[in-house]
Amino acid sequence: MSYPEEMRKSIEKVEETRDERLGLEIDRMSLEEREEILKKFHPDYRPEAKREIGIGPNKGDLAPNEVVDLLESYPIVDPEEVDLSQVDYDVSLLIIGGGGAGTVAALWAHYSGLPVEEILISTKLRHGDSNSIMAQGGIQAADKPDDSPVLHYLDVMGGGHFANKPELVRELVLNAPSILKWHEDLGVMYDKDEDGNMLTLPGGGTCRNRLHSAKDYTGMEIMRVIRDEARNLGIEVLEFSPAVELLTDNGRVTGALLWNMETNQYYVIRAKAVILATGGFGRLHIQGYPTTNHYGATADGLVMAYRVGARLRDMDSVQYHPTGAAYPEQIVGLLVTEKVRGLGAQPVNREGEAFVHPLEPRDVEAAAIIRECYERRLGIETPTGMVGVWLDTPMIEEIHGKGTIESKLSAMYRMYSRFGIDMTQDPILVFPTLHYQNGGVEIDEKARVLGESGVIDGLFAAGEVTGGVHGKNRLMGNSLLDYNVFGKIAGESAAKYCKSNGKGRLTLDHVIRYTEALKKMGVPENRKSPLILPDYRGKKVLMRTLDLF
Amino acid sequence: MGKTVRIYVMGREYEVPEGLTIMKALEYVGYRYIRGAGCRAGFCGACTTVYRKNGDYKLYSGLACQTTVEDGMYLVQIPFVPAEKPKYEVSEIKDVEDILRVYPEIARCLSCNTCTKSCPQGLETMDVIQSILRGDIKRAAELSFDCIQCGICSMRCPAEITHYHVAQLVRRVYGKHYLKKSKELERRIKEIEEGKYQEEIERLMKLPREELERLYKEIRR
Repeated sequence: MSYPEEMRKSIEKVEETRDERLGLEIDRMSLEEREEILKKFHPDYRPEAKREIGIGPNKGDLAPNEVVDLLESYPIVDPEEVDLSQVDYDVSLLIIGGGGAGTVAALWAHYSGLPVEEILISTKLRHGDSNSIMAQGGIQAADKPDDSPVLHYLDVMGGGHFANKPELVRELVLNAPSILKWHEDLGVMYDKDEDGNMLTLPGGGTCRNRLHSAKDYTGMEIMRVIRDEARNLGIEVLEFSPAVELLTDNGRVTGALLWNMETNQYYVIRAKAVILATGGFGRLHIQGYPTTNHYGATADGLVMAYRVGARLRDMDSVQYHPTGAAYPEQIVGLLVTEKVRGLGAQPVNREGEAFVHPLEPRDVEAAAIIRECYERRLGIETPTGMVGVWLDTPMIEEIHGKGTIESKLSAMYRMYSRFGIDMTQDPILVFPTLHYQNGGVEIDEKARVLGESGVIDGLFAAGEVTGGVHGKNRLMGNSLLDYNVFGKIAGESAAKYCKSNGKGRLTLDHVIRYTEALKKMGVPENRKSPLILPDYRGKKVLMRTLDLF
Repeated sequence: MGKTVRIYVMGREYEVPEGLTIMKALEYVGYRYIRGAGCRAGFCGACTTVYRKNGDYKLYSGLACQTTVEDGMYLVQIPFVPAEKPKYEVSEIKDVEDILRVYPEIARCLSCNTCTKSCPQGLETMDVIQSILRGDIKRAAELSFDCIQCGICSMRCPAEITHYHVAQLVRRVYGKHYLKKSKELERRIKEIEEGKYQEEIERLMKLPREELERLYKEIRR
């Protein structure tokens, strides 16, 4: 595929300035400069992209239109049509979501004393199909002598615009080293030096080299190891069985309704406690952005939790990863890990000029790239009309030596090679892409879900579905950490809860009440959620579809 | 529509715009995935596709999300790979003898290299198995590191080895027993357990935003 003639001309300019740029360090922006560029160029600051939520605990709060549409939607299941008296699975703990957070929660619930037969994981796709497995760059933990959990704390708060929930950040940074130790003991192959100490790199918005990785398959390596451990223990996982509604008994969560996507049958699950680990919302394509997220990232957990009265927070902010692939067309929107910049590649414009420090926090870096393309008009246009800037990857080998890209960025190298681009020789084209749900369901430091009047009994949450840990902007390497730390806490808390609580009745009363409120609001009846999967079928086909059986 | 190519999905002919991935082409013609799509970015191994091309005897494999459609492709996706995954305790598995107890069938490897040829990641799969048999755990772990566990190797192996499960065990054995443990990590955990940072963080938690901002700037100098 390689690059067409027009793009090639710009690459020549990038090559001409490379030597000069190698010695050049661009100043980082002050907090004031950051604020200014965000206000002018970050997609979050476009008022027309959001509206007030019209129902529930967060009535009046702003969220992206796509999210509000789902919250202001009728359930896909009619409470009258399901028989909750026949229980299909009767367990102590139900974990909804088989990605990183759900798997870690299952393991720690078991370590905390719950027998494996008392734990059930349900998941929409396969066990491990999640954003967790796609994370490339790494995981943060302040374990180096020149670093400390205090510095990590400040970085998380500053990166999140000081909007984070402090006690969650405390748990995040203080638990980080012991999580890495747990991984070591399970056999995760982290990049290490000869003495066994971790190799670390800087990440956007970190004041120390704090990023630990396993090549650029960090998320995959961690996910496949913890999944292997769950399989060894024999924890049951129901695949292709997403939850479509929680079940409640007077406000307490007592189970869930699952749906077998292949046979259309529903299952009734009764549990003492439920952990929500359903991940984020990338597949809602907020503001039409392409996304780095996996196929099932459709915010189902947000919707189900909101209907039982969970409070959401920081839903007004969305993370656009500064560097999504912008060429070739087949991979538009896919993640180009921040580790590429951590290793020294600079963002460069059409004229071969560096225009931003490579490691600003993600929202700032993304805004700077958008400004370069649409205000300064110094982006590079592809044959399909996509505009992006160069990420000058050949710099990596100039700095760290030949072979670095193939050994440290083998996933990236492989992806580009598949489409005929050699990123050791040529730069790659990037533009921001929808990456992460910064906010979400509010939890306390025990991973208990909070509603309008405090803790919602029986409901715990961990991972991307939650909000508060990252404030208004997550730093690189803190989501893998987040799902591990809070997956662990959720597992432990839920196991403890199971010891002192029995089972409850199973009802959909909360759904009936929510539906009444929607009717009062006048929400159009055809709007339904959860979404479960996006629909990418061709328009021509959909126009001629007959739904016969 | 610009240029198009003809593809055959499980035998049925469709015309699709050129330049699409196999995954997007299937969606374009009307398929809605339940199985066969996961991360859509080359990391999860859910979308392994096998195909032949017009006038070519070879059986190819690739990831539907990472392979561009070509004219005359006959393709089918593999929705599931049946494979036994034995249960084991990694702390008890340290060397080749232990691994052979869990996966005795790897001794049946014929060195035919079919697994290597079928790997959509381009890994030296046969060498992974052969390295284990030679006792080289490190090499087996490193050669298999980029495995996305799609399982296509195991579907084609005449010796019926489940390479992707075997390699998972080998990497865990290597990570646990062969890579040295980090002393820095242990020191930091001890400090945290002794409460060294607790007080300072509790103090930061109560500071007003302006103070935190000042400290945030300070650590950046």
